[in-house]
Amino acid sequence: MGPVRPEGRVVALIVFWAAAVSAIVGAVVCITRKNPIASLLWLVYVMFNLSILFVLQDAHFLAAVQILVYAGAIMVLFLFVIMLLNIGRPGPSDIKSGRGAVIAVVAGLLMLAELVALSQVELPASMSLPAGAVSRMVEQQGAVEAVATPLFQQYLIPFEITSVMLLAALDGAVVLAKRKL
Amino acid sequence: MLLGPSLLISALLFTIGMVGVLLRRNAIIIFLCVELMLNAVNLTFVALSRQLGLDGQVFVFFVMTVAAAEAAVGLAIIIALYRHKDTVNLDAINLLRG
Repeated sequence: MGPVRPEGRVVALIVFWAAAVSAIVGAVVCITRKNPIASLLWLVYVMFNLSILFVLQDAHFLAAVQILVYAGAIMVLFLFVIMLLNIGRPGPSDIKSGRGAVIAVVAGLLMLAELVALSQVELPASMSLPAGAVSRMVEQQGAVEAVATPLFQQYLIPFEITSVMLLAALDGAVVLAKRKL
Repeated sequence: MLLGPSLLISALLFTIGMVGVLLRRNAIIIFLCVELMLNAVNLTFVALSRQLGLDGQVFVFFVMTVAAAEAAVGLAIIIALYRHKDTVNLDAINLLRG
């Protein structure tokens, strides 16, 4: 967040918690909607809130990519398929009840306990950067360059492999969805 | 300063996504829940990258790319299944059950 006045920090905290609470509420609403299109739009809502959290944590470029690529492109692909298959029709709900629901909730609570325990692990001090180092880097180099430099230098080969993977996914999608080649 | 809360929120979102996967029968909504879990992991990466360096933010790019590839292939599979069975309800799809 850079060098901000104390009241700026308070505002940032308020925005952070507002976005966090609405992301979690949106996620709960998302998994309980019967209509897949409603579910999908609530997931887009969660993604917008997550991009607010990204901005507050020095990931400005990722916040933009989150909205453009994730909420914009990937979710529209889902929307196309839902509309193509016309599965928003009224009918019995697909949400499990009884034993299935109990198992889901118990497994969820176990998972949550595990993740919370894991998040209490202290990071080794030798790995940590000094406080505010990333904010300063983003301020000096700009939000895009700070991410682009490691992406195209240190992670160049993984980046190139990613493009091969995308090509494979493209071919795979065509082969799978086509009626006859 | 925001690290602890971010990890907590990310844990909650991941759990909600997992409960969604276990709770639903519609293949597309299960897929949406997987996307929610991927998003939760991205939040962890971003939160930790403030302390451990920008490599975490680079990894979010890779996660997004894998998510895009997974969405394309997965949705193609769902279309093929729908053509075969006329439904996306996973209880009705039991071709591999012996």
